[in-house]
Amino acid sequence: MADLKVNIAGVSFKNPLITASGTFGFGREYSEFYPLSKLGGISCKGLTLRGRDGNPPPRIAETAGGMLNSVGLQNPGVDYFIKNELPWLKKQGTVIIANVAGSTVEDYCETAERLDGTGIDMVELNISCPNVKQGGVQFGTTCGGVESVTSAVRRRCKKPLMVKLSPNVSDITETAAAAESAGADAVSMINTLTGMKIDINTRRPVLRNNTGGLSGPAVLPVAVRMVWQAHKRVKIPIIGMGGISKWQDSVEMLLAGASAVQVGTAAFSDPYAPLKILDGLLKYLDVNGIGSVSELTGAALDWD
Amino acid sequence: MKKYDVFNAEIISTRMAAGGVCDMSVLAPFAARLAKPGQFAQLFVPGKTLRRPVSFCGIDAAGGTLRFVFQVRGEGTGRLADMKKGDTLNMLAPLGNGFEPCGARGGALFVGGGIGVPPLLEASKRFGSGAVLAAGFKDKKSIILKEDFEKNGCKVLVATDDGSYGHHGLVTDMIEGLRFGAVYACGPLPMLKAVSRIAENKNVLCYVSMEERMACGIGACLGCAVKLRGENGAVHYGHVCRDGPVFDSREVVWPDP
Repeated sequence: MADLKVNIAGVSFKNPLITASGTFGFGREYSEFYPLSKLGGISCKGLTLRGRDGNPPPRIAETAGGMLNSVGLQNPGVDYFIKNELPWLKKQGTVIIANVAGSTVEDYCETAERLDGTGIDMVELNISCPNVKQGGVQFGTTCGGVESVTSAVRRRCKKPLMVKLSPNVSDITETAAAAESAGADAVSMINTLTGMKIDINTRRPVLRNNTGGLSGPAVLPVAVRMVWQAHKRVKIPIIGMGGISKWQDSVEMLLAGASAVQVGTAAFSDPYAPLKILDGLLKYLDVNGIGSVSELTGAALDWD
Repeated sequence: MKKYDVFNAEIISTRMAAGGVCDMSVLAPFAARLAKPGQFAQLFVPGKTLRRPVSFCGIDAAGGTLRFVFQVRGEGTGRLADMKKGDTLNMLAPLGNGFEPCGARGGALFVGGGIGVPPLLEASKRFGSGAVLAAGFKDKKSIILKEDFEKNGCKVLVATDDGSYGHHGLVTDMIEGLRFGAVYACGPLPMLKAVSRIAENKNVLCYVSMEERMACGIGACLGCAVKLRGENGAVHYGHVCRDGPVFDSREVVWPDP
């Protein structure tokens, strides 16, 4: 049987299947379906220094091949997470990634600092949330923004640091390189693409926030392309995500250059999707006589 | 024992009822055993990213069947309605909190508006002839489930928007003068707001079943937000799938029209 273990930024994952931030809460709801220990890791719901109430509803709109969301980082705050969610999460036998968001550089730093002394395995800097007015994506769309927040957090937090990149940029290799040079140990990509849906009868945008983040199968080709480009530019590992809903998608993402993958929206139509994808990936490796999943990373045979 | 899970159910009957409403029954013994009145299922639509949340209309734990009565609103519900007897319906169920079994003293009043009527049927059963349903529909041909409620001994009052059947006007016109110990309501927001105001004025408990655009259905994604007032009076966003779909009306902060 093929070896599914991957090592990213010094963190050892039993397999490359991680559930994506914002879709999986803090894991409790999905532990009703299967032991979370089957997963390589969980990227937790985005945390801010103080709790956030999120955006007014509607926050969800279905679109062709995907969906828009504008949850707006509703979360109970980092201290609540550390006290009430993390102790349980630590017992689940999987890698715990804390996703950190903020409105100012100082917010990011203080949140990451509070997580530094805890049992989390990794920090994922969310500089790409398209649904909050301040912070979030404003740090993620310019190289200067990426550098300032990444280097500031780097100085204040010793945990392995991953930066989650926004696809809402003209050249993602630039922001990936900025994260790398500012001290990131890894990048994860892509966050959602900003989108919009309008009700033609009421002429109102369906989302109360007008715009939201597009996810689901529709974004997979964009994500694969961006991972492929970034892999050629940076040396740090990439965790690929965006529209992975079946095992074939995960293989594509790895071939494009990802060392591991995150799965999010797919769990809405099938809560068991993360396990099914992992199963299919393992069979693909075995059928093709590939000894280790890491052999797939960046192994796409590009045309000249 | 799992609280909810993904089940494959066999469609044992399905038909289109009045006004573009689909009436479907499925064989799902495990889900039927777990299900409570007022809870819902997330129905899988082949080819769609999101499931469709539909409340239980009927629960037969002994027979292992569940009944869904839903409005065809778009492509997704259309595809569900197109499914045939013998087809497999994949569902995530049972989800959310159902109607609290209380308030029998003084009789239970059920108030439904249109497609808000079906989720009340199962809850009304336990009150037998102690239940009254006040139901509002667009017109005479949109009336659904009237006989189903009456079969359980429930008294049914109907209002129609155009006066083609029963009371010509709003469903709330019919309940002002009634005496009841508790109210269970499901329907459009303005109706729920008006019903809860009437109940609160009479100092009677009122439970409202709400809906909101939903993704995960289990409380993980925080999509289906609804504004609630906590015990300390502070307002926050709760979620229809996990905190509801049935809420104590005093918790709900009604949106401005």
